[in-house]
Amino acid sequence: MKALHKLIEERVKPNFTGDGKLKRFWVVFDALETFLFTPGHTTAKGVHVRDGIDLKRTMFLVIVAMIPALLFGTWNIGHQYYLSLGDITTADPWTAMFLDKIIVGAIKVVPLIVVSYATGLGIEFVIAGINGHAINEGFLVSGMLIPLIMPVDVPLWMVAVATAFAVLIAKEVFGGTGMNILNVALTCRAFLFFAYPKQMSGEIWIHDVMAAKSGGLLADGYTGATALGHLANTVGQPVQGEVSNGVMSMFADGGMFSLMNCFIGTIPGSVAETSALAALVGAAILIWTGIGSWRIISSFIVGGLVMGAIFNLLSLNAYMTIGPVHQIVMGGFMFGAVFMATDPVSAAQTSTGKWVYGFLGGLFSIMIRVFNPAYPEGVMMAILFMNVMAPTIDHYVIEANIRRREKRLTAAVA
Amino acid sequence: MSTETTTAVEPKRESLFSKKNRKLLTDPLDDSNPITVQVLGICSALAITVQVQQAVIMSLAVLFVMIGGNVIVSMMRNIIPDRIRIIVQLVVIASLVIIVDEVLKAYSPDISEKLSVFVGLIITNCIIMGRLEAFALGNKPGPAMLDAVGNAMGYAWILLAVALVREVFGSGAISFPGVGQVKFLPEGWFMANGGFYENNNLMILPPMALITVGIIIWIQRSRNRSLIEEN
Repeated sequence: MKALHKLIEERVKPNFTGDGKLKRFWVVFDALETFLFTPGHTTAKGVHVRDGIDLKRTMFLVIVAMIPALLFGTWNIGHQYYLSLGDITTADPWTAMFLDKIIVGAIKVVPLIVVSYATGLGIEFVIAGINGHAINEGFLVSGMLIPLIMPVDVPLWMVAVATAFAVLIAKEVFGGTGMNILNVALTCRAFLFFAYPKQMSGEIWIHDVMAAKSGGLLADGYTGATALGHLANTVGQPVQGEVSNGVMSMFADGGMFSLMNCFIGTIPGSVAETSALAALVGAAILIWTGIGSWRIISSFIVGGLVMGAIFNLLSLNAYMTIGPVHQIVMGGFMFGAVFMATDPVSAAQTSTGKWVYGFLGGLFSIMIRVFNPAYPEGVMMAILFMNVMAPTIDHYVIEANIRRREKRLTAAVA
Repeated sequence: MSTETTTAVEPKRESLFSKKNRKLLTDPLDDSNPITVQVLGICSALAITVQVQQAVIMSLAVLFVMIGGNVIVSMMRNIIPDRIRIIVQLVVIASLVIIVDEVLKAYSPDISEKLSVFVGLIITNCIIMGRLEAFALGNKPGPAMLDAVGNAMGYAWILLAVALVREVFGSGAISFPGVGQVKFLPEGWFMANGGFYENNNLMILPPMALITVGIIIWIQRSRNRSLIEEN
């Protein structure tokens, strides 16, 4: 390592500093150098207590927390693929064709990750070069989150267009990393959802499911729709009607979307959102390292449970008869609560604000998915909405604090 | 001994296309563009830019109402009582808008249908009211006409630029009044026919008009740094 450092310091660095011939690419060099070695920056003014953890380490730890979800998602893509073709049965989910599943998953996931990073980092490098800013690591996490919330078979150029849109319009326009109002990864997904609805909703959530369907290869009961997609069909149907009963049987014990399957994540869905268990492992890592806010994660889950419980008590339609715990382990709820809502930039900043922000986010997630079948994935909308509301929440929390202290002061003086 | 005689300089008749007047025409295209700098007339810019043909018709309608309004109000500027000037201006604009609306209904009913209420809403277009208040009431008809043409053009080019982006990426087509919509992408490109391409549905939705206008403002300000506000 020392030899490498010496080589870079003596041979490579002079090219980029001063009048070196590559000085236009200083930002690129700087980004890669700080990636390898701890930068020697010191604070210029005043006394600061500095933590050893900087942006780069923070981002890296978030990626570590995403690994369980990513690995499970990769396996699950293959698992769903072979299940839908009838090559394996649910009787032996773990050992049969294990390697084949991983290979199918990797073939789908790796290109998504590569495209997302190449597009996003490419734009960041160009913009940092134009503005003369240092390239920072803001995109490392977004670039990983984007592939994890995509449908398996989404065309890669769409991912590239959406990533470019999200990085430019959601982030760079507002001033780059740390200045964005909306979560970048969710903006990317929302863009795709509205721009290319055919590729982002319906029966598309298993690899090659449409081809298998038209070829008549699909196993019985498989359609390629998510749990939420099936449930959205029951809206407007009588509670005990034929459609509702058919759908609800899938959610009973032993059905395709039973509580246990939803919790472990062996159901169709976006690449890595299906497993509530993997998201919870990620949550544990984030909370243990102090990076993710436990206030947001827990209040988000409580918000979802409260709304689910209210609906469950009302039970006005078949969708509402799903229990609150079942509600929050379906779809992207847990993944959103752990990795999206906790985005430190777009979330509320005050402690009280975080409780309110998380609680309302969870509440709206369930509310949107139950009330509006056009938006089965309510989590995305709810978090984006709460991103917009976060500064307002913070404003009122701070105002209340000022008023409280003012009162205390006048009481003390009087 | 010579006695100095000063002849009173007769105020020179200013030519219609003097430098000052030319500025009336060119300023609204960039430096004081009604949409991107003054942020007026945004609602119609968002609502009718899905297709180029609607944007063209809308621009022509605004151009007509604007010239008519500015010239008429400018000619009446000395007889309009100050207290009721807004009402007088509204009456002038409204009559002109009704003319446009009737002509559109008679000669191109389909476009008239697509523009729906937005032709009627030209009455409330802030650009027109703004120019009448700010310019026509204090200037002669000649310059008032140039001002009207300049502002209507400033409005029109933004409208056309936004509409072009939205129609090309949202519908894969370009349209023009009289020609209709021409789809220029081969059918085989689309996913429904086994291709790889899909039109961007978000472009059809109003939010994308807002974002497109925003991007135009971004490009304009990065080229014309005097427009950037200090804070």
